[in-house]
Amino acid sequence: MNERIRDEIVLELSHVTKRFGGLTAVGDVSFKVRKGEIFALIGPNGAGKTTIFNLITGVYALTEGEIRFLDKCVIARGGVTYDADGAQIPHGKALQLKPYDIMSKGMARTFQNIRLFKSETVFNNVLTACHADADYNVFQSLWRWKAGPKWLTKYRTQEAKLRAKTEELLKIMGIWKYRDMIAANLPYGQQRKLEIARALAQAPVLLLLDEPAAGMNPEETMALMELIKEVRDRFDLTVLIIEHHMDLIMSGSDRIFVLNFGKALAEGTPAEVQNNAEVVEAYLGKEENADGHA
Amino acid sequence: MSWYYIEGILIQSCYTLLIVLGLSILTGYTGMFSFGHAGFVCIGGYVSVICTMAFDLPYAVGLLAGGLVSMILGAGLGRITLRLKGDYFCIATLGVGEAIRLIFNNLQLNWSINGKNFMLDGAKGIASVPLKTTFGISLVIVVIFVIATSFLVNSKHGRCMLAIRENELAAQMSGINTFSYKMLAMCMSALYAGIAGGMLAHYFGYLQPKMFMMTKSTEYTIMVIFGGMGSITGSVVGTVLLCALPELLRAVGDWRLVFYGLAVIVIMIVRPMGLMGGKELRIGYYVNRLTRKLLKKSDPLPGGDEEEEAQ
Repeated sequence: MNERIRDEIVLELSHVTKRFGGLTAVGDVSFKVRKGEIFALIGPNGAGKTTIFNLITGVYALTEGEIRFLDKCVIARGGVTYDADGAQIPHGKALQLKPYDIMSKGMARTFQNIRLFKSETVFNNVLTACHADADYNVFQSLWRWKAGPKWLTKYRTQEAKLRAKTEELLKIMGIWKYRDMIAANLPYGQQRKLEIARALAQAPVLLLLDEPAAGMNPEETMALMELIKEVRDRFDLTVLIIEHHMDLIMSGSDRIFVLNFGKALAEGTPAEVQNNAEVVEAYLGKEENADGHA
Repeated sequence: MSWYYIEGILIQSCYTLLIVLGLSILTGYTGMFSFGHAGFVCIGGYVSVICTMAFDLPYAVGLLAGGLVSMILGAGLGRITLRLKGDYFCIATLGVGEAIRLIFNNLQLNWSINGKNFMLDGAKGIASVPLKTTFGISLVIVVIFVIATSFLVNSKHGRCMLAIRENELAAQMSGINTFSYKMLAMCMSALYAGIAGGMLAHYFGYLQPKMFMMTKSTEYTIMVIFGGMGSITGSVVGTVLLCALPELLRAVGDWRLVFYGLAVIVIMIVRPMGLMGGKELRIGYYVNRLTRKLLKKSDPLPGGDEEEEAQ
């Protein structure tokens, strides 16, 4: 056990279920993410990994169960909750915060199919995401002079801070030299980095990464993992990551949660998961005997 | 050409520019197409005329009242329609714009205030509105609004609006309250349109509901796209050109609207992103560059890149 992982629970999913009509995309999934951890969510395509991300971030409303963020703060609660023995307790009121509200409580995410502010510059992409650090209102943004009472010159002082922060983030991610490029024109790998930089601009406690290494070659993947570890240490982050690159997951993560067809399959350290027969079966298929029958 | 004629075109450009600026915030920056902006202009015009004629209030108060009432209406409309996406929002604004015009088409008022008679007679509208909008006043108003708008879009508020246009889900996931920013854009564009409506009414000297047909709304949207979405200078250039063009084309008589349409189409083909293509014409930047060149200083622009790559 690593000393940077603390017992404090950052994110807790209990009996989370999401149904789309008759299809159960996520069924009764529970896990806890501790502070400082790199927690990986893996599973075959269509297992419901991204759906879980969308439930945590409030893009989808919960059907059943409960999601807690930073202990006291309940961000979503479905119609039914469960007691310690797993018996159902019908709940009075379903609670669902708006996505922006959830994210501003200390979460940030990236997307499986990159979603940048495409026609803006790299610099502005990150600068936009820093918005929560400035609290000047519309009228204060009209006063551009240094002179004046403190409440009126907020724009100048705060904007300078945002720019310094943006510069720092771009330098950490190694994309400072691309700052004036239009985001859509960046090479693919740099777009992924920019997306992470934009997420870091929100000063998150929990960072959700949805397949950050998709489309990268093995060297780039390992470099990215080092970068993720570096920013985790630097900003004291907890990371929840979805990934298909097994070498990245096995070497980089502290704990792994395996999903298959929306159901929990296994949970444990990389070594435990690697030796789990069910996981091997879900990924590679059943071992066949000499006749070719299962 | 007499100065009187040119002045008329310039005043029209000024208040049209105010409407287009507002629409630029909504369409160019926040990415929501409105085809009912003539409705807001209509409200602003009528309210300001009622203020100045029925209640004898000063011109400035009339403009402000027109703008505020239009803004309140915009906020109410936003509350209902802003959850609609793309085309649906478009259709809703189109309907509201036409509804406002039809309400004024059927509105009959006959007030007697302090012994003065105020008549508002449906489709006939209001006549003999005091001519208070001069070129000087409109220029001052429009310059103030251009500066204020460019300051606004260069702040975190403008960046959040742009983020919504670029990718709404990513904007939400960046913790941006997309609904309230859409609401802000809606309110501001309604405010601008309302004030412009008051200027229009006090320039023409009369008001009729048929001045605010749907074609007007589409004209404003064309100006925003023509100048380039997300560019203030683009809106200015686009508006002035498209206001002057029909007048310059008077030489070709009945064919002028054909040529007008042709000119718009040609620009769209040659510059598909609009005249300015979403970029700003930064006068200060070029002046700075020119003076530095003249003073034979080193070019300041391609900064630190080379040094960093060398490291």
